[in-house]
Order: sequence, then C-alpha cells, then structure tokens
Amino acid sequence: MSDIFSLTFLVGLLSATLRVATPLVYGAMGEIISERGGVLNLGIEGTMFLGAFTGFAAAAALSNAGVAGYLWLGLAAAILAGMIMGALMGLFAVTLGVNQHVSGLGITLLCTGLALFGFRLIFGESDVLPKVTPFAQIAPLGATSPAGVVLEQYLLTYIAFLVVVPVSWWLIYRTRFGLNLRAVGENPEAADASGVSVARTRYASLVLGGALMAVGGAFLSLAQLGAFTPGIVAGRGWVCIALVIFARWHPVRGMWGALLFGGVFALQLRLQTLGLELPYELFLALPYLVTILALALAGRNVAYPGAYLKPYHRE
Amino acid sequence: MLRKSIGLLLLLAVWVLAAACAAAPVAAPAQGEAEEAGLPVVFGAYATAIEEPWDGVIHTALNAAQEAGRIEYTYTDDIGYSGDMERILREVAEETKPAVIFGDAFGNEEAVRRVAKDYPDIAFVFGSGGGPVEPNFSVFDNWIHEPAYLSGMLAGGLTQSNTLGVVGGLPVPEVNRIVNAFIAGAESVNPDVVVLTSFINSWFDPAAAKEAALAQIDAGADVLFAERFGVIEAAAENGFYAFGNMSDQTELAPEYVVSGPVWHMEPTVDYIINQVGAGAYTAQDLKDFSMMAKGGASLAPINGDVTGGISQELIDAVEAKQQEIVDGLFRVDVNEAQPPASTAE
Repeated sequence: MSDIFSLTFLVGLLSATLRVATPLVYGAMGEIISERGGVLNLGIEGTMFLGAFTGFAAAAALSNAGVAGYLWLGLAAAILAGMIMGALMGLFAVTLGVNQHVSGLGITLLCTGLALFGFRLIFGESDVLPKVTPFAQIAPLGATSPAGVVLEQYLLTYIAFLVVVPVSWWLIYRTRFGLNLRAVGENPEAADASGVSVARTRYASLVLGGALMAVGGAFLSLAQLGAFTPGIVAGRGWVCIALVIFARWHPVRGMWGALLFGGVFALQLRLQTLGLELPYELFLALPYLVTILALALAGRNVAYPGAYLKPYHRE
Repeated sequence: MLRKSIGLLLLLAVWVLAAACAAAPVAAPAQGEAEEAGLPVVFGAYATAIEEPWDGVIHTALNAAQEAGRIEYTYTDDIGYSGDMERILREVAEETKPAVIFGDAFGNEEAVRRVAKDYPDIAFVFGSGGGPVEPNFSVFDNWIHEPAYLSGMLAGGLTQSNTLGVVGGLPVPEVNRIVNAFIAGAESVNPDVVVLTSFINSWFDPAAAKEAALAQIDAGADVLFAERFGVIEAAAENGFYAFGNMSDQTELAPEYVVSGPVWHMEPTVDYIINQVGAGAYTAQDLKDFSMMAKGGASLAPINGDVTGGISQELIDAVEAKQQEIVDGLFRVDVNEAQPPASTAE
C-alpha cells in the first residue's frame, strides 16, 4: 500500500492538480469576464464541448493533410468557434434582451448537438477512436527532481496560470476596457450616460469569454487525450459557474477555486488507490462537496454585478 | 416589443435546431430493393450514442448483417433514459412494423418490456440484466469475462511491480464480472499480484479516466486495464502496458496495448435472424451467444510487437487456457460483486 506522505504521492498530487485545474481556469476566466459585463453565460458547458470538438476535428484534418502546426491551428479553430458562440449569446442577451438562462442553456444544447452531429459526419462510425498526436508536456526543470516532475506540464497549463489569469486581472482592473466592463455590469445607465457603449462592451466580453471557454475544452481533446469523445467535458463548465461565484468575479480567486477543485479531485483519485474500505462514491463526491462547502462559506453575502441578468436598452 | 418577439423566435429556433441535431437520423435510409427482396426489417434502439462501445458492438453486428444482404436495418441512438425509449419503440412498432428490434434495455427496462408485451409479433432482443419473457422478449449481455480472465493472465505475467490498475466506469454487474475475472486471471499466474480498481462514475469522461490511471501509476501500477477510454493514453505516456476492452484497441497505442477482451454480437444477430426466418423464434436468454465457445467473445490478438515483447511461455499458457475454455473444460467464475479498491490484504 502506498504511503500518503511519500514524496511520489505528493509530487503526483501536485502535478495532477495543475492538469485537472487547467480547463477550469480557462472556463472560469471566460465566465468571469462575461459576467463582469452583467451577462450570465450558461452556454459555457456547450461552448467548451464545441471547442473540444472543433479543435480536434480541425487538428485531425490538418494532421492528415500533413500540416505541421496542426495542433495550434486546431486550437485557433476552437477559439473561433468559441467566439462565434459568445457572439450568439450576445445576440440573445444583449441585442434581443431575452432571458439569459434560457439562451445560455439553448446554446449549450445547440453546441452539444452540433459537435456530436459534426463528429459523426466527419469521422463516421469508426470502430477505433480517431486520434491525433496531442501536445507534448514540457519540463523546464527536467523530469528528474520532484519540482521538475511537478512542473512537467502542457504549455497550455503554463499559459493558463502565467498568462490568462494575470492578464484577466489586468484587463478587468487596470485597463479602460475593464473599467467600462465593470461599469456596464454594475450600472449600464450610468455607463451609457458617460459615453460607454453598453452593447459593444458586453459583446466584446462575451466573445472573449467564449474564446477562453473553448480553449478550456480544446485542452481536453488536444492536450490531455488527443481524442474527442461524447461527454468529454463532463460537467466541467457547470463547475466553472460555481467557481465564479466562489471567486466573487475575481480572476485570482477564480484560479484558487480551480486549484482547490483540481486538488481535491486529484486527491480523491489517489485515495481510491489506497484500498480503504469506504464506498468509492464518497471519494468521487469529495470535490463537489468541497465546492459546495467553499461556496457556502465564501459565497454568503456576495455582491453580484449590479446589472446581473438584466438586459439594457436605452429608453 | 418587436425586439422581444424576434428574440423569443430566434431562441426557439436555437432550441429546435439543437433538438434536431440531437435527433438527426444518421442511419443509411432503408434501401428500396431490400424491401422488395423481402428481407426482415430490423430496428436498433440505443440509449447511448453508438460511439459508446457497448451499443457500438450491437450496431456493428447489425450493419454487417445488412451489408451481407440478410436484413434491412435502421436505427435511432442517443435515446437516453428520460422516457423517449417507450415513445420511439411504439412509433416504430406501429409504423415500420419491423420483424426484430434490437437495443439496450438497461435504464429503460420497464418501458421496453411494457412495449414488448403490446407487440407480441415483433421479436424484442435487448441487452438486459433481467430475464426473457414469453412470447417475444429475449435478452443478451456482454459476457466477456472469459477473455477478461485471459487478459488478466497476461497482465499478471507481464507486471514487474506486481501491481495492476483497473479503471472502470460504474460498478454495474457487466463491469464487475469483467474486472473480477481479470483479477482472477492475474492471480492464477501471479499469486503476489495486487490489483487496484478505481471507478469514475461515468461512461464518458476520458480525462478523468486518464487521471485515475495516472493516480494508479503513482501508486505503483505498471500494467493497466482500460475498461474505459483515456486509460491507454496514461499507460502509453509512461511506457507501461495496457489492455483495451470491448473492441480491439491495439491501434490506439501499438507499442503498449497488449490485448483485451472483445465482444462480438454477430453470433447473437445471426441466430436471431435464422430463428425469425424459420418462424421458430421464442423468447430466451442469449447469454451463450456472447461467450467464447460460440464466438461471441474473444481475446484481441495478442500483440507480440509491444515494447519489450511477451515471453512465449506466457503466450502458450494463455492459449492453452483459451482452448480449455472453448472446449468447455474450464469455466471462468461469474462474480458480479463490486471489486475491492485494492486486492492487497
């Protein structure tokens, strides 16, 4: 029986935590940016799924055609698909001002249907799962020392933690766009009166948010697996919705939330291997229980963006 | 007001389009000639997408029968577990009036049996954990515990660390008996072996399955049994052997996939077509047609090209046991209890 306190256990746990948290970081940042403008985008689960599919389908086609940068081009295709779905959410929530819950869920269903339909059209009914060679992991410190093993990660994981999180923070708190975004999300009338285009700002945030969500999905298909299957996102988008509330719409807190969920998820998989006489369902439920607990503790008295769920039209 | 109306209309369009995508029939349309030739019409009713390996096996066998010119086949998949199964079955029974309906009843058990009762002239042949019902409801299941036992023998012989890892979807009887047979096979050749079993509580979450496999590797496993997708990737990444499940998955990692239990529905499908054709169909448990002796289960060809190779001694032992099973001289225990998280004491 392996020892919980062994170095291998700890190194494996930390390394897995970063991997599991990566798609959640992309999804949560995308949702935070969307919601900061006042729009709840429940299309996240479907947008991640469509991103996973589009990225994989484009990469597989380009790989078969012998194009060298097929993974990055696949990722670009996923981003494009995410932006389109973000814009569609904008059409419903911003331009037409219809119910955001129904629009978002509709987009999730649409993306799921499109991806599954497209998958069968392109790949038919193959007996063996179609595959591409996925992104390799990089090990800046080598793969021998414990720290080196922990830091042996996908480039997309590095980008998530070292680029996307700080840039999201900077964008929201240190740029003109971020100021406009927060103003539009808190008080669109005032923002409009001071010359900020509410519609344009919200569209921009939804398109950017959609792109990030799609990258989160594409990470699963292009980095972790090199394959696409139905159900590949498996509720990670919904986890992001909870993380955003836990984060109180702050990117850095969102990152901590993703790490907490990822860490408990990686931990429960390791606890399952210890052979304890406990039902495995208990371990599987742990990450969700912790999320609920964290929400209950941190999510009380949270201040939602003032214009949350409210469409804005100049009277 | 106008804006709102347009919005609601567009929103409705998105939902309808989404529903259309999900329900789009992708089956080849029934061929006119086939109908004229008087071939038996067979309908497939699948709760999951046919990309899911379980329903995929049934679909593959029915496709093969259609290509061989024996049946005319259409299907609907991804029906789910929320009431659509009964509606679809009744529609098909009323409109198409097929000779046989194949499908999986798991999760829709009551609905499927209700419809079967109302249409006694149609042969209902369903994957099910329950029993057959006269006059027309037959059951089958994936009884691939025999090749799972043989896979376990290979895994037990190949491990260096004496630790094997199994990642399963959900601990249902179909999964449990395969995993238990794998464990029994491993223990038969290697008394020191420890088998770790994790479940991910989902049929489709390959990223979680891969992480579960990586956790088992951290815990010392050096040969993995991939009951689900995602596990082979974890093994190959670390240079360890893996076993596929349900279909031959050697292609996924030719250097590391050793073999695996494979399920074939062809014997079941052929038998049913013959019985229906002869007017001799009766309700029965088709279990034997999914086992090795009748060709319904097999061990995927042992991949001798894996890195490091496999000793001839081990291959001989596995092949000898396989012959014993086919000859009816050795029976693999059917144990449907949930396997322990670890077989270590």
